[in-house]
Amino acid sequence: MEPILQISNLSKQYGAGCPSCIELTGPEHQRNVCPSCGTVIACADIHLELYPGEVLGIIGESGSGKSTLVKTLYFDEEPTSGKFHLQVFQDGKDNLFELSRQQKRWVRNHLMGMVYQNPHLGLRLSHSSGGNIAEKLLMAEWRHVGEIRERAKDLLGQTQIPLERMDDQPKYFSGGMQQRVQISKALANNPPLLLLDEVTTGLDVSVQARVLDLIRQIQRELGISMIVVSHDFAVIRMLTQRTMVMKNGRIVEKGLTDQIMEDPQHPYTQTLINSMI
Amino acid sequence: MDNLLEIRNLYKTFTLHEFDQKQIAGCSDINMTLRSGEFIGITGKSGAGKSTILKCIYRTYIPTQGEIWYNSLSYGLVDLAKATERQVLDIRHQEIGYVSQFLKLLPRVTAFEAVIEVLVMNGKSQDEAVDEAAEMLRHFELRESLWHAYPNTFSGGEKLRLNLARAMVKRPRFLLLDEPTASLDHVSKAFVRDKIMELKGMGTSMIGIFHDLDFMESVVDKEFNMVGGLLVGGVGAEC
Repeated sequence: MEPILQISNLSKQYGAGCPSCIELTGPEHQRNVCPSCGTVIACADIHLELYPGEVLGIIGESGSGKSTLVKTLYFDEEPTSGKFHLQVFQDGKDNLFELSRQQKRWVRNHLMGMVYQNPHLGLRLSHSSGGNIAEKLLMAEWRHVGEIRERAKDLLGQTQIPLERMDDQPKYFSGGMQQRVQISKALANNPPLLLLDEVTTGLDVSVQARVLDLIRQIQRELGISMIVVSHDFAVIRMLTQRTMVMKNGRIVEKGLTDQIMEDPQHPYTQTLINSMI
Repeated sequence: MDNLLEIRNLYKTFTLHEFDQKQIAGCSDINMTLRSGEFIGITGKSGAGKSTILKCIYRTYIPTQGEIWYNSLSYGLVDLAKATERQVLDIRHQEIGYVSQFLKLLPRVTAFEAVIEVLVMNGKSQDEAVDEAAEMLRHFELRESLWHAYPNTFSGGEKLRLNLARAMVKRPRFLLLDEPTASLDHVSKAFVRDKIMELKGMGTSMIGIFHDLDFMESVVDKEFNMVGGLLVGGVGAEC
């Protein structure tokens, strides 16, 4: 089977950079700031592939570079270097990081969905829930108002938002509901790739459970390929088959999720596992 | 007869980084051949390294040294110790079952849904899966009142029935059994034996870990004993 997504040599730095940035940062130095020039190496030397229908987890503490990584994939951040190929775009021939702005927007609107930790990044909180979904559909070139409304109803139903709330603004919703509206919006264009960045962080446990169950259900029913970023092994265990562990901007370990949890190899992964409550 | 699995010089050592690189030996120099259709039993005290072997085969553990040659349907002869993650996942989904009384299921998934999930993952439609799951749970005599309950409240025997049902709907070519009879009463044991024999009749090859020697001797073709991470015996073996 061909991977649907392939990333090679991805790096993102904040600052001018110098020739020693890479060798002086990373987990073996316990830092991601270059001591000689002060550049922040948010992530470097990232290689990954994602297969159709697969859910890949990325785990690490805050500042490990995991969110930066998914943000570059959604073109929220421009990487310093790297290649990004999607099988569903031009048969995977083009490096998506080199596309024009307009093409990137097309890829994002048609082929990807993103759910952020913070709902205000993914939603317009003072537009109606239905309007938020319509916005995503319009960007994916849906033109028929009736069809848009139907699709919005379907999606809100799927994510268990009462239909009578369709015309309400998400700013009046609870955190869990906002997250579910965000998921409906991300799914609106039926994307083959869904990116989830700490989507349950900060929610009450029972609300967290509903959101996680929803994601699992979506994955099972639609077979979407997903990248799930989290600092929580319970989330990773529940959603993913494979996991990458990040620290100081680098991938320190990757493997099957059950292997990472039962037989962690890297000292940092062992510490993470031993820190679970 | 063809070999389904051949383990050569398998070692597993755990390195504990938080304890100054302390080394814990799991198993050492394991050699074992499983022919297709065969059932191998492994006995030994707890801590002897029995589960380590099963987990290395399933790749929940990464072998430290050695080879685990598995004759897979989709990839031909594969060394499970070095196969790609993708290959291992495919082989797990399509060919290998792992049953343990202690297997953790995901939270908030009912017994019924847990069986349906396996069926859907293996390409059944939702409707087919519902029928087949009901049939299988009935076959494993799991009380119907438990079907729509969460397994974390089940007794050991009930969990085991569910896990066996989940493993069996896949009709796996190869089944790993981690103490399938621990803490079961006689009636339940007899029941599990029948089910294991049924699977064997369907052509499933198995490796099982047992504490209960009488039980084991009634089902396996070949038995090994583990002492301090080393495999001894191989009664009934060709060697």
